[in-house]
Amino acid sequence: MKKELPILLILVVLCTAVSIANPQFLSTTNLQNTSRLIGMFGIFSIGVGIVIITGGIDLSVGSVFSLLGILLCFELVNWSWPWPIAVGAILLTGAILGLCHGLLVTKLKIQPFIVTLCGLLFYRGLARYIANDQTQGFGYCTGFETLQRITAGKLFGLPMPFVFLLVIAFIMWIVLHHSVYGRYLFAVGRNEEATRFSGVNTSAVIVGAYVISTLLAAVSAILLAFYTNSVSPSAHGNFYELYAIASAVLGGCSLRGGQGSIPGILIGTTLILVLRNFVNLLGIPSSLDFAVLGAVILAGAVVDFTLQHRHEKRKLSQIN
Amino acid sequence: MVAKTPLLEAQNITKTFPGVKALDNVSLTVHTGEVVALIGENGAGKSTLMNVIGGILQPDSGSVKLAGKIVNIRNVSDAISLGIGFIHQELNVLDNLTIAANVFLGREPLCFGPLKIINRRKMYEQTKVHLRRLGLNLPADTPLGELSIASQQIVEIAKALSLNARLLIMDEPTSSLTLAETKRLFEVIRQLRNDGVSIIYISHRLAEVKECADRVVVLRDGANAGLLSLDEISHDRMVRLMIGRDLEDYFIPPTTKTQTAYFNVTDLITTAWPTQRISFEAAKGQILGFAGLIGAGRSEMARAIFGVDKPISGSVSMAGRKLRINCAKDAIENGIYLVPEDRRKSGLIVEMTFRQNITLPRLDRYAVAGLIMKKKEKAIAKSQAESLSVKIPSVETLVSNLSGGNQQKVVLAKWLALEPKVIIFDEPTRGIDVGSKSEIYHIMRNLAEKGVVVIIISSDMEEILGVSDRIAVMHEGRITGILERQDFDEEKVMQLAVGGGTERYAE
Repeated sequence: MKKELPILLILVVLCTAVSIANPQFLSTTNLQNTSRLIGMFGIFSIGVGIVIITGGIDLSVGSVFSLLGILLCFELVNWSWPWPIAVGAILLTGAILGLCHGLLVTKLKIQPFIVTLCGLLFYRGLARYIANDQTQGFGYCTGFETLQRITAGKLFGLPMPFVFLLVIAFIMWIVLHHSVYGRYLFAVGRNEEATRFSGVNTSAVIVGAYVISTLLAAVSAILLAFYTNSVSPSAHGNFYELYAIASAVLGGCSLRGGQGSIPGILIGTTLILVLRNFVNLLGIPSSLDFAVLGAVILAGAVVDFTLQHRHEKRKLSQIN
Repeated sequence: MVAKTPLLEAQNITKTFPGVKALDNVSLTVHTGEVVALIGENGAGKSTLMNVIGGILQPDSGSVKLAGKIVNIRNVSDAISLGIGFIHQELNVLDNLTIAANVFLGREPLCFGPLKIINRRKMYEQTKVHLRRLGLNLPADTPLGELSIASQQIVEIAKALSLNARLLIMDEPTSSLTLAETKRLFEVIRQLRNDGVSIIYISHRLAEVKECADRVVVLRDGANAGLLSLDEISHDRMVRLMIGRDLEDYFIPPTTKTQTAYFNVTDLITTAWPTQRISFEAAKGQILGFAGLIGAGRSEMARAIFGVDKPISGSVSMAGRKLRINCAKDAIENGIYLVPEDRRKSGLIVEMTFRQNITLPRLDRYAVAGLIMKKKEKAIAKSQAESLSVKIPSVETLVSNLSGGNQQKVVLAKWLALEPKVIIFDEPTRGIDVGSKSEIYHIMRNLAEKGVVVIIISSDMEEILGVSDRIAVMHEGRITGILERQDFDEEKVMQLAVGGGTERYAE
């Protein structure tokens, strides 16, 4: 938990500052909206974070949202599939995409950046082609109102995406921090060769990480589609992979692999979304959205570096 | 040959690091054209002293005199301009560039005035002169990456000589060289000495020190522990000075008679040598040594047996039962373990804790329903740390904070927690000090006594002859001969290692 402390501190300071600058921040509507976004973003950020912990990267999630969103529209609206089957098909498709990424990375030894960059391009193009570049929508959700309630509704006042995030984060926390598989994920990220020399099937561990990543992206894709209620194939989910990477890195995942935690990723996601909210509430031109985000991530990295530096110095002087 | 004024006189050097006195009033004298071996256990201060002379560190007190004059070596370029060349153990070469580009890095001969274009012809010609002097007959435009470690080292020496080095510091230069390459390096050293170059030679391999040094300087715990002149240099004396006491039973011979074959490898073909078959058998309670030159296919064989590299064909059987080994997991489940050559790269995850390293191979034993029981892990880690006397503050210590000898013990602790049947040690004592070496030999012998098949691959002649009960010698992917203990002889091993004399020693 020590590593997450500085970023948690920044989050608290930011929240305090925003609520003082604009009390709207603490209004029920705003909190519900923000937590709905945190839910959706948090789920796929956890997935991308897991891949980053193995020393890989997943750039494809943004395009996965578009492709799976379009497919979901077709299944539910055009083909009138029963919603449980449609949801199952989306999750399965997501898992298969991840399986492909993982196999390309481990069997053909293609760099994860290349594999998932190709995914980013390929899925986006495919989505636009399938939809004929037309925005697809759910309309009034006739026939799948239940699904709409599950994904876009509320439970005890909490938006459903946030509830999903809590459940998924808890499960992934157990997996990453307490299970054998989680230990393997960290070990592979630290030193794949030594892990293989300890009798661990490192390929399977890595493939698993990519499957988790796109599977969680598929969950997010469903939530996101019902949040926007329509999917525009060329714009839906654009740049979201970068939000995920930023959340994971802000939350303490190292791009070199072997480092990171679920609480960290959650704090990172929250920080980024509060920041976007802050831009909105304070009336900063939304064109500056990305600039603010970039500046804050950079500041976070600098603060982290300085704190670590000071920590090491203090350690040294203690030896003295 | 010895000049009146010494070339180098380091006097009363003291250097303190936070918490440790690394050097305490240490003095070292080197004459012109003299090879001085600097020995001592890890942490004795050898590297610190060399870093002071090489300009990497500044001493707290003391002086360095070069040819009688006090000099102030503030940084590496000062050292270079004073004629001090430092050949580090980990070579500082750029293997994407050519030999010449490496030799002349940062001071390339230029042409076309302000355009500063590299004058390749001039650079190649000058490089060639230095290479020829050192007996390396390769074109100067050969990419360095194509050279063996030994040749790369010669290139480093060439670089130092091209900078007019009068004093060469060599830090464990033979640690990754083959026997033949080591011999060649010694010839180069002898020739340099005859040319009047002084050499400070740091090594853990006492047999080599005996062979090439004119004088031995021993450090212990950051202080001078003694001096041995040419006629005083002996293995026992060096060890006594290094550890401050006699080291009893450095190598321990077996007490029980070896039994019948237990572990058989038949017609193993590795991808490294696809035309050669390897067959051998090893008995319980026996230490089987594999000697040979580096690149003879010993490590590849070990990796194939352990399942981390798939062999082309071949079979492995234990107690007459054929084993199916497709990956390291299969080998581990059958009790076959490998202590790999490069422990930091393949043996350990150094950024993880002692506990996490120990339990990694069989995490399932410490888990219930896929969830790790940290208490169980801690218990086994603690008992392993104690039984192998690994010096760690706690089982949660990161392995990266441990010394080389202790890191190797972590690798051992990891496997010994799992009742080994066959354990293969690949260069187990490389870069490890005498005290830890002896401990590792004891562990190996104890394992053998307990009925474990112990296989050791080593390029250190003294070690392989001292530790093994039988020696298989490999050359270019095949076993050229197997020697029983009564036939052990350095010459014979060398003969077989270079591929000769099969018929003489095969029986």
